[in-house]
Order: sequence, then C-alpha cells, then structure tokens
Amino acid sequence: MSHNLDATHHHEETFITKYIFSQDHKMISKQFLITGMVWAVIGGILSVIFRLQLGYPDANYAWLENILGKWWVEGGHITAQAYYALVTIHGTVLVFFVLTGGLSGTFANLLIPFQIGARDMASPFMNMLSYWFFFVASIVMLASLFIQTGPFSGGWTAYPPLSALHQASPGSGVGMDYWITAMALFIVSSLLGGLNYIVTILNMRTKGLSMTRLPLPMWAILFTAILGVLSFPVLLSGCILLIFDRHFGTSFYLSDIFVAGTALPNEGGSAILFQHLFWFLGHPEVYIIILPAMGLVSEVLAVNARKPIFGYLAMVVSMFAILLLAFLVWAHHMFVTGLNPFLGSIFVLLTLLIAVPSAVKVFNWLTTIWRGSIHFTPAMLFAIGFVSLFISGGLTGIWLGNSSLDIHLHDTYFVIAHFHIVMAVSAMFGMFAGIYHWFPKMYGRYMNNTLGYIHFWVTIIGAYLIFWPMHYQGLAGMPRRYYDYSTWESFKQFADLNRFISTVAAVVFLTQLIFIFNFFYSVIFGRVLKTPNPWKANTLEWTTPIHGIHGNWPGEIPEVYRWPYDYSKGGRDYIPQTEPIGPNEIDDGH
Amino acid sequence: MVSTASTLNPPKEKLWGGGHSPFNIEYGKLMMWFFLLSDAFTFGAFLISYGTTRFASRNWPNPNVVFSAYPFMPEGKHAPLVFVSIMTFILIISSVTMVLAVQAGKQMQKKTVAYFLLLTIIGGAMFLGCQAWEWHHLFHEGAWWGRNPFPNADGTMAGTDFTNFFFTITGFHGFHVFTGVVINIVMLIMTLSGTFEKRGHYLMIEKTGLYWHFVDLVWVFVFTCFYLI
Repeated sequence: MSHNLDATHHHEETFITKYIFSQDHKMISKQFLITGMVWAVIGGILSVIFRLQLGYPDANYAWLENILGKWWVEGGHITAQAYYALVTIHGTVLVFFVLTGGLSGTFANLLIPFQIGARDMASPFMNMLSYWFFFVASIVMLASLFIQTGPFSGGWTAYPPLSALHQASPGSGVGMDYWITAMALFIVSSLLGGLNYIVTILNMRTKGLSMTRLPLPMWAILFTAILGVLSFPVLLSGCILLIFDRHFGTSFYLSDIFVAGTALPNEGGSAILFQHLFWFLGHPEVYIIILPAMGLVSEVLAVNARKPIFGYLAMVVSMFAILLLAFLVWAHHMFVTGLNPFLGSIFVLLTLLIAVPSAVKVFNWLTTIWRGSIHFTPAMLFAIGFVSLFISGGLTGIWLGNSSLDIHLHDTYFVIAHFHIVMAVSAMFGMFAGIYHWFPKMYGRYMNNTLGYIHFWVTIIGAYLIFWPMHYQGLAGMPRRYYDYSTWESFKQFADLNRFISTVAAVVFLTQLIFIFNFFYSVIFGRVLKTPNPWKANTLEWTTPIHGIHGNWPGEIPEVYRWPYDYSKGGRDYIPQTEPIGPNEIDDGH
Repeated sequence: MVSTASTLNPPKEKLWGGGHSPFNIEYGKLMMWFFLLSDAFTFGAFLISYGTTRFASRNWPNPNVVFSAYPFMPEGKHAPLVFVSIMTFILIISSVTMVLAVQAGKQMQKKTVAYFLLLTIIGGAMFLGCQAWEWHHLFHEGAWWGRNPFPNADGTMAGTDFTNFFFTITGFHGFHVFTGVVINIVMLIMTLSGTFEKRGHYLMIEKTGLYWHFVDLVWVFVFTCFYLI
C-alpha cells in the first residue's frame, strides 16, 4: 500500500545506499550529527589536556606520557609544542567541525525539507557529497594529530609566518599541510551544503508556505548559508596564496624575515594581508555558528512557552541586519595590527551597531517566554541558557568592540571569556536544545529527561564558573597562548583561579559524557514515541510519520495555511500550519 | 457562496507564496547563480590582495615591456599587448558562440547547439593554448613563482610580487577556463547523444553558459589588472 502512495520515490535501498552513501536528508543529518559529536568529544579532550597544563603546570603527567607519547608529554610535562597544538586544534575543530559542520550540517539537513514541506533537498546527491567532503576533511584533520612532527600549532587563525614557513615551528611543516588540506575540503563541503540549503528554501516551499510563514530556523539557516557561500571563498583564496607561499617560493605574506640570524629571501608580502583575508571569513564565521543556534532556540522557546514568537518580522530583519554587518566588521579583530586609527573607529562604529539587532533578538526571546505557560523540558532549559549566555557574552562584546579598550584587552583571557560565552558555549547550548527537541523526530524515541536536567544544570553552572573568572584574569593581564605563564612572576597571581577553572572544566567535560550516554542509550532503549507530535508543535515536521520514510510524507505534501506560531490562540493551545483559517477566525495576515 | 467568491476574486498566485519556484527558476540555475556569486568572492579576494600589495610597493614592471612578445616574433621586434589582445578577443568571441548555443538550445535545434558548442570549446582551447604559450615564454625569460627578471619602470630591480600574483591569478583563471572547456565537452557529448532532447529542454547548456560568461567577465578584470595598469 505504501509503495502505491509513494510510487515515484520507491526504489531498493542497499545497506550502503541507506546508511553510508545515503542521499536521504534525514540520514545525512544523522551522519553530520554523529561526526560532530565525535569531534566535540575530541575537541573537549584536547581542551581538558591544555587546561591541565594551565591549572597544574608543575604536576607530573607521566601517566599521560604513556597514552599520548613523547611528542605531547615528555619528562612528565606537557611539551610547549603540544600545548600550542592542543589550543590550535581545539579551536579549529570546535569552530569548524563541530559548530559549523556539526550544527549547520545536522539541523539544515534535518529541518529544511521537513519544515518547508519538501520530499528532500534540491540536490540530494550534492548533499551526500557535502557530507563526504566533510568526512574526508575530518579524517585528514584527525590524521594530523598522529604525524611525527605533530599537528599545526600556530593558532586556529593560522597567521603567517607560523603557517607559511616550514621551519617556524614543529607543526608548521607537514602538520600545516594537513590542516590546510582539511580546511580546503571543509570549504568545498560547506559550499556544496550551503548552495543546496539556499535553493531548497527559496525554491521548494510547499503550497502556501510564503517566506513570511517560514519557521525561524529556516530563516536562520538561509542567512547562515548565504554567509557561508560568500565568506568561505575568501578564506579559500587566502589558503591558496598560503599554499604558494609554503611550496612555490612566493612571498604573498612574507617580508623581511630572519630565522636564526639568517635573512630569508622573501620580500614584498604582508602578514597582515592574510589576517584581512582570514577575518573576512573569520568574522562571518561566528555568525555562521550563532545564527542556526538562534533559529533553533527561537523555535524551541515559542513551542515550550506555548506562545507565538514575539516580533517575528523583527527577528527576521535583525538576522538580516546581522548578515549584512557580519561582512563589515572583520577588522575589529585587528585593532592592534597597526590599523589606521580612523579606519579602526569606523570598524568600532559598525561593530557596536551589531548590538542593535542582537538586543532586538534578546528582548524578543524574553518577551516570547514572558508570561507563557513554560514547559521546562531539557530543550527549553538549554534554549533559556542560550539566551542567558548570549546576553552575558554580548555585553563584553561591547567592551571589546571599542578599539581603545581592545588594545588593553587584546589577546588576554578577557577575549577568551567573551567569545566562548557569546559564541562557543551558547551555540553549543543552541545545539543541545536542538538535539533534545528534535531527537524524537530523528529517532522516534525520547531522550531521558532526568539525565537531561543533570546535563543542563552542571553545564550552565560550570560554563559560568569556567568563563566568568577569565574576565578578571584578562582584565588583570593574563595573556592567551602562553605555554607556561607561571614562569613570569607577575602572572603567578593567576594560579589559584586557573586551578579552579581547570577543575570545573574537567567536571563539565565529564558531564558531557552523560549527554553522550543519554543520546546513544535513548537511540536504542529510549521511551518510544506514541504520537508524531510530542511537543504539540505547529511546524510541518511533526505531521510526518514517527518513523521517517523516504519522501517524508506518504501521499501528498500538506498545504500550509498559516504561520508556525499560532500558540494559545482563540482558546486553543496550538494550531498546526496545515489547518485552514477557520470561518470565525480573524486572519491576522500571517 | 465560497465558490462564487473565488470566481469573483480568483486567488492570486503569490510570487513567493510557496508551492512553486519564485520567478520560475529551476533549482540548478539558482544554484549556479549563487555559486558564481561565491566564485566572484574568490576572485575578488585574489584581486584585492593584488591591489593592496601592488599599491603598497613601487616594485612593479611595466606591462608593456613584459608582454611584448608573440609567437614566431622576429628578433628585435616588440609588439606590446598585441598577443594578449588576441587572446582576449578569442575568449570574448567564445562567449558569443556560447550565447548562440544557448539560443539554439531554447529553440531545440540539436545540430546548431552542437555546432556552436564545438566553436566555444575551440575558442576556450585556443585561449588556453595562448596562455600556455605565454607562460612558457615568460618562464624562458626567467619568470616564475618566486622569480622575476623584469626590472621596474625606473630600471631598478623589482621584487617578485608581480610574477607571484600574475602566475597565481591567471593560473586560477586558466583553471576555470579549463574546467569550462571540460564541462562544455561533456555538454557536447550529451547534446549529440540526444540527452537534452529526451529531457525536452537544454537547461544544462544555459547553466554552463552562465559559468562560461562569468569566466569571461573575470578575465576582463584580470586582464585590466595585469596588462593594462
């Protein structure tokens, strides 16, 4: 019977086409999610190891030497080269492989066809390629951890000359070649995915689903994809020039360099040029990370507060404003590079302007849950946690956006605290909210709530305990990327706080294992879903069968008659998008 | 009642209302436009890097001196920019033949499509041949990545910025032309085997055409940056 309804989409699936080289958006989203989770654990372990060094620089880590080998730990001490490699790969992995690939890849693939009412993405084949490029990039990046000279260790920003000269540091040789190859593959993956997301949302919405009826995650993913498609190519150009500097004797980024007293022949280039190219991607990149999280959180907040999202249009417009401003503020990462102060002041102005759309969004989230009948599911808690973190981190952004203050705070732990709270941890919270919320859609089972609550409370308290003290450290002058700060008399004052932070970091990391356990346990043994719409939500994905089928809907794709946020309207708890406007209902134009 | 109302006011199909593609564009074509936008940023980044580097230094040879040769040029002769003008002309003409192929595709004329695609492929191949000759010539003059034999306009020795950017950017553009030629060859094979006739449309040719024109357009900027100024 079912193959009658779905005749056009029925074809034999082998194990390989169903689970490995799958072209089904639901499977691809799971592939992205699992890969992202593996990376998150690896990135987390890396951070715990360098936090050990920061918290207890004089402790004996001989036990770690047996596990990691001499390159990483020698004579009971984490080596300097290992420390720099750890922070570099932690940054690269979390920014690109977890919070870009993992977050966008998972939720764009899962939600786009579901929420716009499409059978699949515009090009399922390109979608599959996008994952496999991501996978190969992951393998190359992972492999770089195991090569003899170690992975790249010049920071995730890969500034030359550390990234351009083989002899600059142990990781600048083969390690950097692996890094750059992995990033090139990642850019291809991001391009293939991004193009697909854009055209699918623009072209394949079901009947009645006008742009102003799109659920907010769709707008967020659309803008994210546009950002990615327009900013990653600039990094690609930067990387191509870097490859030429590394292997073909050019000097795009090199000039007047002495290594061990000998002058290198390179002349005429500028290391600052790379920073411009890098941050032209690098800044939009933080919005590529945060926008999908914002979209997911908006949806989760509205559903669990049983209230329409406050200021739908303002939400869309503010995301669009963020999209535009994202391209105009990159030099605020470069205030101390000798940037013309007048130019700096323009970048200050544009940077501070971002506070406006950000604040609009925050107030809209708060007014959305204001006086709602809130269901405190783990997803809702993480969504609220996201808003809290976004406010806390956003406020310090106003400090750092001022070039005069930034000169003092640049490259201190204040910056680390700022971007981790506003962009890294909060995006992680958005991702957790998304996973807890859409897990039933992905696997047809519920995750365990109790474990979810433990996970949430330890993580939110831990996140603040880790990053809040870093503000004070940074203000007092604790610098980033110092292998052994305790060799400086003036930095010894930070030892107590560092020990505290490192201990909390280890606890928070272990708590994430509860989440991992909860996830995989629930995939197999979780409480089975009885209704296709467990959260009583309006969007289209909850009208599909509990166990996903190829083509998503048996029979016709449903038509849409209203926006997705008709909660607590006209005496009704929720009205799905598929329900026509009733005869006595006032059509409020959505 | 309801039916009367709807006949009086037939429901307008909203452009962005869902259920159909806005502006009636097939997804692949939309994707191509976004890809070209993306690629424009790649080239833009290259050319802006070129611009900032060039205007930060006085080290740059006179293009009229560097690009003054052509194949089989007699000893002692100079013909500034003649060869590159021919190259550019060939590439622009290949855009014209591409347009004609797309046009023929809209009229479902298989033979004409194949004919003009073939001309486009020949044009692209000729451009690549010219580029290969020019690179070969410059290499024999001593120019390569990291090596620049050409003095500045004032006679002083120049750094390597000129050759570094020239080979990288024209090389990247040449790679795009090469990809375009390969795609056009695939299109030619698909045309001749009747694939598009079976589909009932030549949309693929149209998308290839967009790419080809973009590559031509980029050349105009590359040409301006390295040969004219």
